[in-house]
Amino acid sequence: MAGAFDFKEIQEREERLAPGHRMCAGCGGTIAVRNVLKALHPGDKAVVGNATGCLEVSTYMYPYTAYQDSYIHSAFENAGATLSGVETAYRVLREKGKVAEDYKFITFGGDGGTYDIGLQSLSGAMERGHDMVYVCYDNGAYMNTGTQRSSATPMYADTTTTPSGTKSAGKPQYRKDLAYIMAAHKIPYVGQTTFIGNMKDLYEKSERAIYTEGPAFLNIMAPCPRGWRYEAPDIIDICKSAVETCYWPLFEVIDGKWILNYRPKNKLPIEDFLKRQGRFKHLFQPGNEYLIEAFQREVDLRWTQLLEQCEGGC
Amino acid sequence: MGMKNRMSGNEAVAYAIRQINPDVMPAFPITPSTEIPQFVSNMIANGEVDTEFIPVESEHSAMSAAMGSEAAGARTITATSSCGLALMWEVLYVAASSRLPLVMTVVNRGLTGPLNINAEHSDSMGARDSGWIQIYAENNQEVYDNLIQAYRIAEHTDVKLPVMICQDGFITSHAVENIELMEDAPVKAFVGSYEPEHYLLNPNEVMALGPYATSPYCMEAKRAQAQAMMNAKQVILDVAKEYEAISGRSYGFFEKYRCEDADYVIVAIGSACGTIKDAVDELRQKKVKAGLIKVRVFRPFPGEELAKALASAKAVAVMDRCESYSGHGGPLGAELRAAMYENKNTAEAVNIVYGLSGRDLTVEDAKGVYERLSEIAKEGVTDKQYTYLGLRE
Repeated sequence: MAGAFDFKEIQEREERLAPGHRMCAGCGGTIAVRNVLKALHPGDKAVVGNATGCLEVSTYMYPYTAYQDSYIHSAFENAGATLSGVETAYRVLREKGKVAEDYKFITFGGDGGTYDIGLQSLSGAMERGHDMVYVCYDNGAYMNTGTQRSSATPMYADTTTTPSGTKSAGKPQYRKDLAYIMAAHKIPYVGQTTFIGNMKDLYEKSERAIYTEGPAFLNIMAPCPRGWRYEAPDIIDICKSAVETCYWPLFEVIDGKWILNYRPKNKLPIEDFLKRQGRFKHLFQPGNEYLIEAFQREVDLRWTQLLEQCEGGC
Repeated sequence: MGMKNRMSGNEAVAYAIRQINPDVMPAFPITPSTEIPQFVSNMIANGEVDTEFIPVESEHSAMSAAMGSEAAGARTITATSSCGLALMWEVLYVAASSRLPLVMTVVNRGLTGPLNINAEHSDSMGARDSGWIQIYAENNQEVYDNLIQAYRIAEHTDVKLPVMICQDGFITSHAVENIELMEDAPVKAFVGSYEPEHYLLNPNEVMALGPYATSPYCMEAKRAQAQAMMNAKQVILDVAKEYEAISGRSYGFFEKYRCEDADYVIVAIGSACGTIKDAVDELRQKKVKAGLIKVRVFRPFPGEELAKALASAKAVAVMDRCESYSGHGGPLGAELRAAMYENKNTAEAVNIVYGLSGRDLTVEDAKGVYERLSEIAKEGVTDKQYTYLGLRE
């Protein structure tokens, strides 16, 4: 592990996701990838994997790649399995003396490729114990195909397959809690984070995930300006609000021990998070107060459960 | 130089895998190929190979992990059948377009609908357009020989395509037959070590694989891949020649059995050819000019060569152990008859679907086909061009 968090030193590290890719301004996915890769210690080699999605089509459009490391994309639902093959090959070739260098293995998928279509592949790769990190950049919908709901989409979000209307309040279901599912795999490391406080939490969790031996899973809330409907500069305020309302708690599970990384002094009401995004606009129409109340109840319930899980919090 | 033994087709495959000693094998069990990962796991457990087995949670992940492993620079193999192959479908195309020289041993079994576990070619025939080279076997000896030749074809610089080594479920995979095995040393020398030109773990260069390719580039990539498949024809023949030199067994795109002067020729794939050969032998004793062409290589499709081999036939029955639901016949029937047309071969040719879901093809059945061909040679096709054999009425 490196020493104390040095923001300047880390940000001055060479970009491993080079500029010139085609991701949107204000995209959380890009911020996630850049910062996770910056947690690789300078000089360490890596192979980066990727599920099909915005990130893939925008960062490796033939004949240009934005990656400074070796990179592999196969399909939508198999980022876990694909990188597990790379990691196995690495162990074998090292054993046989054909590869001498140290490599780290990091794969990225959106929530579509991770929570939904790729869940089996992820579960298998984690259960088998490959020394790799699976990073989900969770923007809460299938953004590459135009904001269709996923199992990570929060309740009541207006998406193109759960539109709000006279007979619909948006997505009817609560979101899946993938970090819990991954923790239930009893892998050495699970972390949940987003972009706050100079990326310190993101950096530290990324570094821990990468340099923990064995499988690690990182869930990063990564807002999408198109799908969430916000102005590009608002992304940091949205992330802060998600944490301060306890909609997106920061926690990690290290060798089975649950650790809450941040507890707001004054837990903000969920409206603070919802009001910043166009996808929840319909919740603020007169008569829809009960929807916000229901949303709040779910946030409170999950927060309480997390506190219990973390044995009283930090 | 060979060693006489007796074993099943799956055992023969495992024996060849032990001799090849691939780096990585991801696999998921499915009847009738399940024994192959079991045998390999046992060999690993007993230190007979240093292959790393990845016990994946599905065939989709088997092919995905195989892709990752091969791309990383490791010689990789997998095995499957039927629905397992169907579940790999998407990744088959990605692996081929990524030009990864993987090898997969396919134990042919029908695709579900209804569920059945027996021999049929609908699984690999369904994948015939996925960009994989496909080589079929009549018996355990051939599947063994084909597997030893596979990496030499796949990894050839003019090819760089994945290869399927196919055998018939149960009929050859589980039936124990005599076989002549090679010693380990000549097999290892023949297969050689894997030294990829580009791979993910190359410390001297980084590599990106699996791009999003827009219209200005994608068509060229596909054409280049088609060229590799065309190039594979010569490589398959060259590798077979070299293999013959060390094994004494000769292989080509297909085997011509008593075809020199044959008026009536059956063209078929796989284990049924053994039965058909018996029928040919019986008919030859009665001076009937019967012959058989057993197709070994289906991808790349040796259309011109097959059409030429049929040049003097009066009537041809193309036999498919696969229904393609085109309403017009099976895949071998469609492709071979098109090739005959293109090569101005005007022999009468019918297409017969047989042996689906493991239904037996008997010597009597095959003799019946030759009888029908002799009538067709005299009177032309009076019934249907596309028929079923051995169907309960």
